Amino acid sequence: MLGFAFAFIATVLHIVLCFVGAPLVTGIINKLRAWALGRRGPPLLQPYLHLARLLRKITLVPDTATDLFTFWPLGAFLALAVATMLIPGFTTGMLTADAGDYVTIIGLFALARSATMLGGLETGFGFGGAGAAREALFGIFAEGALLVLLLAFALLAQTTSVDGIATAFRTAHIGISVSLGFALAAMLAVALTETGRIPTDNPSGHLELGMVHEAMVLEYSGRLLALLDYGGMLRLLAWMNLIGTIFLPFGMAQATEIFSWPGGLALWAGKLLVMAVALSIFEVSRAKMRVFRVPEFLGAALLLGMLAGVFLFVAARIGA
Amino acid sequence: MSLTFSLAHLMGGIILLCAFLQLSQRRLAAMVTLYQLEALVLAAAAFWQGYAQHEINLYLTGLITFALKAMLLPWGLREIVQRFNMVRAVETALPMAAAMILGLALIGIAVLVVLPVTMHAISLTREDLAIALSVVLLGLLLMIVRRNALAQIIGFLSMENGLVLAAIGMPGMPFVAEFSVALLVLLAFLVVGVFLLRIREHFDTLDISGLEDIERRGR
Repeated sequence: MLGFAFAFIATVLHIVLCFVGAPLVTGIINKLRAWALGRRGPPLLQPYLHLARLLRKITLVPDTATDLFTFWPLGAFLALAVATMLIPGFTTGMLTADAGDYVTIIGLFALARSATMLGGLETGFGFGGAGAAREALFGIFAEGALLVLLLAFALLAQTTSVDGIATAFRTAHIGISVSLGFALAAMLAVALTETGRIPTDNPSGHLELGMVHEAMVLEYSGRLLALLDYGGMLRLLAWMNLIGTIFLPFGMAQATEIFSWPGGLALWAGKLLVMAVALSIFEVSRAKMRVFRVPEFLGAALLLGMLAGVFLFVAARIGA
Repeated sequence: MSLTFSLAHLMGGIILLCAFLQLSQRRLAAMVTLYQLEALVLAAAAFWQGYAQHEINLYLTGLITFALKAMLLPWGLREIVQRFNMVRAVETALPMAAAMILGLALIGIAVLVVLPVTMHAISLTREDLAIALSVVLLGLLLMIVRRNALAQIIGFLSMENGLVLAAIGMPGMPFVAEFSVALLVLLAFLVVGVFLLRIREHFDTLDISGLEDIERRGR
């Protein structure tokens, strides 16, 4: 009974921290990017101010849009919110652990993606359609790569739930496996695409020819845009959590043991900070690639995922 | 699973990853950088194996790899890229995706071939051998799918890295053989460098389709 109570509190704590902290993570990354470029950068709390400002603004709906125009941001946000709740952060064994597995999370990300795409198509406006078409093109490869990766994870951890994968990778002596290295490379490529970061999309630019995500949300304003932007911040945090949980599961707390929480929380913050630094340095040192190069980039990720699977089959055959 | 094996395995994996990523790069500079990383990891792997096997020869191999392949050859390659002004993307004989799929198939073949043949060996050695054979085959593939002579050299050098990787993983490889292979590679590089200059003089480009033209006319 006590264990259940602790698990409940841990779950609530995780959800509150994620939902409150997501804009802060974005703010930190923006700040680090600016520092790396030798600028002072916006204040850390700028994303909160941005959201607050958007909430005060009037929400405009284009004349050409249908009634569903207001629904798509909500759909995208809800899918991302559920995904954020499902992916473990500082602890394993949360109440949401059994509610969904890796496939569910891929599905939720795909749901958010298609809702944003439909929102972009809603107005019948050129940029929205172009952005949606590109997003669909990227999605085919990104989701394929994620599903192939599932093969590797499931073979190693004997389970498909993210919580189970984290537990297996932390406790069982998997060792440093080549397949996991391949899987990490593939996962990072997909994560950069999914969150719209630099090699595939520019998060801060309204450069008309190259934009993908920005093009789809171009017609949204006010509260709807706030919802979409907040969803984007949640997605970034959820992806960082997912990578941290699968590839850096050391030091995660146990939900039922309250004394392991402070260490878990501190390490979680540390991991997020390390990932934020890595992401910002990577972003400022790379150029955005051409849109039609992206399928190649993601195709490489897909093949790396397959490679991970191949080597696991080998290891299974050898019995190493 | 011991640390010795884990680390050696990880380095083998990184080398294979570099070899595979070379297939996905269009620019020579990026390929040279990947090759340099590959050679650096190979040198580290040789030192690590030397430490693990208490073999002084492997330290020497590591030293040669580091000085020659991780420093000298990339420097020479960069020099050539600069001098011939080949900073832009080079032509490929096959679409990128097809080349990568072929590469994956080759890795699969390497694994399938190595496993049954080495049935009685220790399991750890076998996986390393599979990785080494994959690197060799990927180097060959790289030589096939690039039209540019310099890119083909990089493929050749990468292939040789695979051979060294196989050699350092097995106990009992005579040092003389490795040493001569390293020297051969250096000589080959020098010869090819001169050869490149000649191609350049004749065709004003390093694209070897000019050579194929002459060959066709000769027949």
